Amino acid sequence: MSRNLAIVPAYNEAGAIEATVAAIHRWAPDFDVLVIDDGSTDDTAALARAAGARVLRMPYNLGIGGGMQAGYVYAQENGYEVAVQVDGDGQHDPRQVEDLLRCLRENPELNMVTGSRFLAESDEDGYRSSAARRVGIRIFARVLSTITGQKVTDPTSGFRMTDRKGIELFATDYPMDYPEVEAIMLMHHHRLRSCEIPVKMEPRLTGSSAIAAPQSAYYMVKVLLAVFVALFRKRPVRDAVPAVERT
Amino acid sequence: MTVGSAMLGLAAIASQRVQVILVAVVICAVILELIRRKHLMERYAILWLVLGLTVLVLAAWKGLLTSLSEAAGIYYPPAALFAVAFLFVLALLLHFSIVLSRLSDQNKILAQRVSLLQQRLDEKDSAESPESKDRAAAHESTRA
Repeated sequence: MSRNLAIVPAYNEAGAIEATVAAIHRWAPDFDVLVIDDGSTDDTAALARAAGARVLRMPYNLGIGGGMQAGYVYAQENGYEVAVQVDGDGQHDPRQVEDLLRCLRENPELNMVTGSRFLAESDEDGYRSSAARRVGIRIFARVLSTITGQKVTDPTSGFRMTDRKGIELFATDYPMDYPEVEAIMLMHHHRLRSCEIPVKMEPRLTGSSAIAAPQSAYYMVKVLLAVFVALFRKRPVRDAVPAVERT
Repeated sequence: MTVGSAMLGLAAIASQRVQVILVAVVICAVILELIRRKHLMERYAILWLVLGLTVLVLAAWKGLLTSLSEAAGIYYPPAALFAVAFLFVLALLLHFSIVLSRLSDQNKILAQRVSLLQQRLDEKDSAESPESKDRAAAHESTRA
């Protein structure tokens, strides 16, 4: 059994899930694949299982945060040392999982590595999205960079890898809906360290984004409120023992 | 004539008080009956009972509302009543929001646990049935 787990959130991704699972097996062979079927009404779970993935079927649509947290609980209870989130819709390139892993291994002080769309050298490699969404992402990036004191360029990226400490944190506490931005706050709050490396993202194969246009205003307000309130929580003191047990 | 109308007015006020007392008694009775039928848990009934009893006391205790509103600087006693009622409803709604938040969090944890247990069961079942064992073995070999 592997010590690394790829958590793949999927909601009605029957058209893409097989290819995604196969690609992870191919390009990240030392990762077990756990598909989170968040209450799909199509064959996502069966197709994922046939492709050789383990599947957590949510009894109803919990939302991306609730589903992801179930994945982290699975990782925690089964003793995984590393967990990476790879979207089920083919947006994230499993070939870059090893880049994330290398960054995490080479920097033992890091607890999380995020793949950023906006760090690519040429703009052509960068990710295309609607202007409104880019403005939203930029606002979050500015706010989080200010709060955490380090550069955050892609706060909504779901392509992230965490070590055991991150797994344990997210298994006990993970934001319910729209979790990515708040998760960065959570890491900062618990004095865990993270960084970003450049990645390319593909346009999604099927399905639709978890964030539809009319909901984006609600999304902005909800996440900004969460970030603002988080500023007033007491930060636990990190244990003095440095985390070097990683191998 | 003036004495008569004054007495009429007094009678009207008295009958209003009786009506309010009746409403308060009905509220309390309905709450107690709901608890008896187990349609309402005691912990959520308490706030409602407090509401019924408050109305009852204010209606039965002549002059309490007037002196309370005078103390609070409110010239029109019914306005004091509305203010109290409004604050009470706000408190009740906030209480519900808190309960809802707690319930959805507990619900989420249950749903996650169900999915984790289901996965463990599936794994057990597929380990027992031979053809899926072959599939799993084939998968392991392709990865190795």
